Amino acid sequence: MALLQISEPGKSAAPHQQRLAVGIDLGTTNSLIATVRSGMSTVLLDDAGRALLPSVIHYRADGGADVGCAAQLQQCRDPQNTIFSVKRFMGRGLKDIADIVHLPYRFVDAPGMVQISTVAGVKSPVEVSAEILKVLKARAEKSLGGELTGAVITVPAYFDEAQRQATKDAARLAGLNVLRLLNEPTAAAVAYGLENGSEGIYVIYDLGGGTFDVSILRLSRGVFEVLATNGDSALGGDDFDRRIFCWVLEQAKLSSLSNEDNSLLLAKAREAKEWLTEHAEARITCVLSSGDVVDIALTSNIFTDLTQALVAKTLAPTRKALRDAGLSIEEVKGVVMVGGATRMPNIQHAVGEFFHQEPLTNLDPDKVVALGAATQANILAGNHGQDDLLLLDVVPLSLGLETMGGLVEKIIPRNSTIPVARAQDFTTYKDGQTAVSIHVVQGERELVADCRSLARFELRGIPPMAGSAARVRVTFQVDADGLLAVSAREQTSGVEAHVTVKPSYGLSEDEIANMLQASFSHAGDDKQLRNLREAQVDAQRLLEAVTAALRKDGAQFLSTPEQQDIERHIQALQAALEGSDVVAIKQAADALNQATKTFASRRMDASVQRALAGHTLKELEI
Amino acid sequence: MLTKTHFELFGLPTTFALDSAQLDQSYRHLQGKIHPDRFAAGSAAERLQSLQYATHANEAYQTLKDPLARARYLLSLHGVDTQEESNTAMPAEFLMRQMEWREAVEEALSAHDIDALETLLRELQRESGTLQQAMGEDIDQRQDYVRAAQTVRKLCFLAKVRDEIAQAITTLEN
Repeated sequence: MALLQISEPGKSAAPHQQRLAVGIDLGTTNSLIATVRSGMSTVLLDDAGRALLPSVIHYRADGGADVGCAAQLQQCRDPQNTIFSVKRFMGRGLKDIADIVHLPYRFVDAPGMVQISTVAGVKSPVEVSAEILKVLKARAEKSLGGELTGAVITVPAYFDEAQRQATKDAARLAGLNVLRLLNEPTAAAVAYGLENGSEGIYVIYDLGGGTFDVSILRLSRGVFEVLATNGDSALGGDDFDRRIFCWVLEQAKLSSLSNEDNSLLLAKAREAKEWLTEHAEARITCVLSSGDVVDIALTSNIFTDLTQALVAKTLAPTRKALRDAGLSIEEVKGVVMVGGATRMPNIQHAVGEFFHQEPLTNLDPDKVVALGAATQANILAGNHGQDDLLLLDVVPLSLGLETMGGLVEKIIPRNSTIPVARAQDFTTYKDGQTAVSIHVVQGERELVADCRSLARFELRGIPPMAGSAARVRVTFQVDADGLLAVSAREQTSGVEAHVTVKPSYGLSEDEIANMLQASFSHAGDDKQLRNLREAQVDAQRLLEAVTAALRKDGAQFLSTPEQQDIERHIQALQAALEGSDVVAIKQAADALNQATKTFASRRMDASVQRALAGHTLKELEI
Repeated sequence: MLTKTHFELFGLPTTFALDSAQLDQSYRHLQGKIHPDRFAAGSAAERLQSLQYATHANEAYQTLKDPLARARYLLSLHGVDTQEESNTAMPAEFLMRQMEWREAVEEALSAHDIDALETLLRELQRESGTLQQAMGEDIDQRQDYVRAAQTVRKLCFLAKVRDEIAQAITTLEN
C-alpha cells in the first residue's frame, strides 16, 4: 500500500489558497518588506518590532556577516568591512562612482561591476545586497509561516538595465522568486492613490538615500498610468550628508582624515541633517582619533545655502518629465513626497514653490514604496481582491542600436508605455556584406560612447548583394516586466537572429548557480530537487488556470472534441506530476499549453468584444 | 482584435476629430481586460496572447492620441502615402519661417536663454495647432487627402524643430 503523503506546513497545494507574496523596498539607506493581509498592505516587523532594516552589512573575519542595526554599530569601528549604501554600486563600474576617494572601501575593479575586498573575501554588490534580502525573506517566512511564492522588488525608475539586472541577480541569490521589478515612484503612487482614493494627475517626487526619481501619473478608477518619468540614479540624501561633511572639513581646517574619522564625521553630518528637520540649528561635536576636536554650529540657513545646487539638480529632471508628459504645472493635482530625504524642509519648500502648491506629506515616506509593492505582488501571484487595479508603466530610458559612425538610432523612445514593440528597417553598408552586427544600447545621448551598451549579436548568412540592397528589419519588444528582446530578419532571404537582452555586466547563469550552490549549507537543497519543485509549481499553476477557464467558458467556446482533447492533455500532465521526471512534466505542460492556444485566443477575443460592448453602453448612459 | 482598425478597436468614428476623453476611457477599459498582469497566473498561451494584444492596444492608443500619427494613419486607411521621406518640396514661405525659427533657437542657445526657448516652444505648439485644425477639416469635411498629406509633412518639419528646442533646453539645464 502506498504511504500517504503529508505536505510541509505552508507548502500544501490546495486550490485557491492565498499565495504568499511580498513587496520589498531594497533601499540605499533602509530596506523594508510588506505583504497583503486580509486585503490590507502591511509592513512586516522584525523580532524587536522594527520595520526598517538598515541597508548595512558588516563582514566578520570568520566569514560571516551581520546585517542591519548590528552592522551599523561597526560603521565607525570597522569602516572597511562595513558596507553601507551598496545600492549605489549595483551594476556600476569603478569609473561610475563619483565620490570614490571619500569611501573607506578597498574597491576591486572588475569587468562590468565594481567589487569590494573585505575581511571575508571579495564581495560583489550583488552578494552584499543578497545578504539584506535574505534577512528580509527570513523575516517574512517566519511571520507568514510558509515559503514565499514570489516577491516584487522595487528599483528606482531611473535605474538602467545593468542596475536592474544586478537587483534581479541579488534576489535570485537570496532564493527569492522575482515576480516583477517595480519602479519605486509607481509603487508609491499605488499606495498613496489607494489610501486616498485619488483621481487626476499626480507627481511622485522620490528622493531616497542615493537615488532621485520623479514620475508623473494619471490616476483614474484603479488604473495607474505613468505618463513620464525622469531622475538621477546617483543623487540622494547621502549627497546632502557629504556636503555638510565637506563644509565641516573646510571650517575646521581638517584634511585627509583616517577612515575611522571619516566615518565618524559622516555619521555626525547625517545626524545634524536630521536634527535640522525640526530645529533651526544643529551642533556638530566630536573628538577625532588625531585628538582634534570638532565643535561647529550648522544653521538651517547655512545648510540651505550649502545644498542649494543639489536641490536644483532635482528640479531639472522634474521639468523634463513634465515636458515629456506634455503637461503644465497647473494641471498637476498633487505632489506626493516619497523617500526619507524629502523630510528636509528646504526640499519641501523648493518643491512647493516649483509646483505652486504644498506637497503632500501625509504618509510615511519610508514605508509607502514597500506597501505599494506588496499590493502589486499580491496581484501578480494570482491572489484576488484588487481585481480592478492596473499599473501601466513606461520604459524609463530610450532603447536603440548603433548605426554607422558610432551614432545611436532610437527604436523605442523613453516613456513609451509597456508592453511595446517597434520595428525599423536598416540596410548593409558594403557590397557583398553577408553579416551585420547589432549593438543594442540604452540612453538619451546621440553617441554610442555616451550610452550604456546592453547586448551585441550578429545576423549572418545574408546572401551577397549590392550595398544598401539588403533590408534588415530589427524588432524591439519590451514585455510587461520591462524585459527587452531584439530580433533581426533580412527581408529578402528570411535569415533571422534573436537575442533576449541581458546586460553583459550582470552575473552569468553559471556564476549565479555556483554562488547558490556554495551558499546552500544543507544537502536537501540541491539543484535537481529545485528544478523539480519549480516544474511542479509551474505545472500546478497551469492546471489550475486551464481547469478554471474550462469550467467557466469551455462549453461556450469549444466543441466537444476540442474539449476532450484538452482534457486528455490535462490527464497526461496530472499523470506526469505523479512521477518526478522533470523533463516529462515539462513536456506534458508544453503540450497542454499548445492544446489550449485556440481556446485562449477565443476567450481573449470575446473578452475584448465584451469590453467594447460594455463600454459603448456606459457611454450611452452619460 | 488585431484585424480591426485602431478606430474600431476603441469604438471611435474614423475621423480626425477625436473625443480624447472617450479614447482614454476605452483604452484603459480595454487594457483592464487584456493586460499581461491580468494573466500573471494564466497559462503560457494566455500570457503570450495577452502580451500581443496589450502591445497592439498601446500602439493603437499612441497612434490615435498623437495628432500627427493619427493623421498619417487615417490617410493610410484612405490609401494615401504621406511621403515624408521622399517628398521634401515645401512652399518658399514655409521654408523661410523654418529658417527663422532655427536661427532663433541658435540665438537663444548661445545666449543661454531658457525662457526664450520655452516661448519659442509655445509659439511652435500654437502654429502646429493651427495647422492641425486645417488638416482635420481637409480630411473630415473636404476629403482633400492630398493637401492633408502636405500638411502632415509640414507638421513633421515643425515636430523636428520642437525636438531641437527641447534638446537645447535640456543642454542648457545640464
